[in-house]
Amino acid sequence: MSEREIIFARIREGLSIKAHAHYGDGLPTTEEHRGVMPPVGASIEEQLALFAKNASDLKATFKLVKDASELTAELRALRDTEKWQRVATHKSPLAQTHSAALGLATLVADDGYDKHDMEQCDVGISECDALIAQTGTVLVTSRSAGGRALSCLPPHHIVIARREQLVADLPSAFALVKRTYGVSYPSMISFITGPSRTGDIERILVLGAHGPKKLTIFCL
Amino acid sequence: MMSAPATHFNEDARRVAPDTRHRGIIQTAMGKYEVVRDQRKLWFQDWQGARNLAARTKFESVNHLDKHLAEFTRTIEARGTKVHWASNAEQARNIILGILSDKQAKVIVKSKAMTSEEIHLNDAMEHAGYEVVESDLGEYIVQLRKEPPYHLVFPAMHLTRGEIKDLFQEKLNDAPSDDPEALTMVARRALRKKYLQADVGITGANFAIAETGMISITENEGNARLTAAVPKTMITLVGIEKILPRLEDLALFLPMLAVMGTGQALTCYNTMYGGPRQLGEADGPEEYHVVLLDNHRTTLLADAEQRDALGCIRCGACLNVCPIFRNVGGHTYGTVYGGPIGSVITPHLRGLQQWKHLSYASSLCGACTETCPVKIDLHHHLLQNRRNASALPTGKPSFFQKLAFKFFAPIANKPALWSLTTKLSRIGMKLRGLVNGSVVDPVQAWTKTRDLPPIAKQSFREWWKEHGK
Ligand code: SF4
Repeated sequence: MSEREIIFARIREGLSIKAHAHYGDGLPTTEEHRGVMPPVGASIEEQLALFAKNASDLKATFKLVKDASELTAELRALRDTEKWQRVATHKSPLAQTHSAALGLATLVADDGYDKHDMEQCDVGISECDALIAQTGTVLVTSRSAGGRALSCLPPHHIVIARREQLVADLPSAFALVKRTYGVSYPSMISFITGPSRTGDIERILVLGAHGPKKLTIFCL
Repeated sequence: MMSAPATHFNEDARRVAPDTRHRGIIQTAMGKYEVVRDQRKLWFQDWQGARNLAARTKFESVNHLDKHLAEFTRTIEARGTKVHWASNAEQARNIILGILSDKQAKVIVKSKAMTSEEIHLNDAMEHAGYEVVESDLGEYIVQLRKEPPYHLVFPAMHLTRGEIKDLFQEKLNDAPSDDPEALTMVARRALRKKYLQADVGITGANFAIAETGMISITENEGNARLTAAVPKTMITLVGIEKILPRLEDLALFLPMLAVMGTGQALTCYNTMYGGPRQLGEADGPEEYHVVLLDNHRTTLLADAEQRDALGCIRCGACLNVCPIFRNVGGHTYGTVYGGPIGSVITPHLRGLQQWKHLSYASSLCGACTETCPVKIDLHHHLLQNRRNASALPTGKPSFFQKLAFKFFAPIANKPALWSLTTKLSRIGMKLRGLVNGSVVDPVQAWTKTRDLPPIAKQSFREWWKEHGK
């Protein structure tokens, strides 16, 4: 017998004695989940306001921009104040074009890259799959956001989202992942909720433990 | 006779409990946690309802573990992940060492994994000549101190910034100040170098999703993200009980884990990994290995009464509320899993005879059961462990215990005798005052560490006679 079969045999033997279901049986429905989880307003305006509030509580920056030229201006201002020299991005309609407009040395993750070069970038600019109002979360995947390292290795992560990407809550976000990818899921799906942080020293909050110290979300 | 772990527990508890400095550090840390945790519970529309749903989901997962595990293996293998099975710690170590030697690895970077503590993986890897670096800040700190983690969620919560500064100065020769931010940046710089050198990344897991074949990892620092992004090979070591049936179950479990673990709405990164780098993806490991670990989890599974303990999401909330944990501290347990959940499961994982003492180190206040997000009946399980321990050959009462109960039983059974005894005891209490605490004090064993409560001036029966109608 293989080790797998041995373990399965032990599991089946163990389960031959039934346990009592004290809190009911069967998996809860999404409606049941929604009934207990934190409330989210029904209108888009409420959800946008909630996302903005959550993002600011998390010490992320969230900005609504009305068009591409305003976005370019915002990015250029950041480039100048933070003195960026190198930017990392990925093949995508929004992130790539806006990165190009910065006129800096640009690493495009999908072209294959050297990890040392990525580590030297001052900023990673990516797109995303969704913004989640309930928790102020940005949902990215290895397909929508240029792989695994782009949103994590550079010290500043900038997300360019579209307004219609806003979803109300976590159940909607998981439903969206299933709808978008079916059975061919990306190898990484990440729910990013604020910039990287730690409280491991005396429970005092420090941003930028390993991942980005800054998270900026632009919403078109 | 006391087992070696019991002796160790007693000695350490005696040393740590009166240590007011230790108590101060823990109280401050817990105080901050309690405030945010309670706010977050109120953020839920119905926290108690959420606990019920979480308990139901875990019941379904654990009680159909065979079905879900089979599905998990099928779905995660479908996208190129190699799944390994380990019945015990040694097998798990050998599987991982085998992969490392296959890949001719030199530097291994790890993100937090209690399962790896359980199988003493770091020792084995270091012994085999690999350089192993823990990347979670707290884990990194305790690794530099050559200490086990103090707490499931906060490995270095027993240390002050001053101690950490001295540690970094000694080991890294880099400690500009004792400011937490500056210290964190020291670790960030040191570990960035290691990430770029590492050949293999090893992670733990918080959940394994059967339906979609994914490992879900909850963290704040981004160290697990980097562990899964930079090295060419990724290994996840996960207990077989970590299964959740569906992807959408995470919608409930991710915020609940964050609320109870750290008092956050969601931790900074909650990431699902479904395989190595897929076609068309920019980066990611070329190989992904998932090692499924039994290591006596099936022993706990076979105990239908305590099976719910397999639903534990390792949030640490029961440790945080436990008066015993807060006084004796995390290291006193001498186990990988401390606090109430550790006291419940360690006898199953490592033997009742050796570890039964943990089930007695409890006031049975039930704070753990009340707080547990998946409603594990922790304090009753401690009682069941006590019952099971007394059924062991070594658990039989001693001659003196038997004798004592021979006298006690008739007294407790006859009201007249009982009332006479209480009256005599009141006189006895007065006389005892003369010998209080000395060697001839008959209850000296008790009063060494506690006060003897006085017997009430009036019994309930007497009071009832006076006032009752
Ligand atoms: S037993 Fe419950 S409270 Fe304790 S760590 Fe596990 S899930 Fe958390």
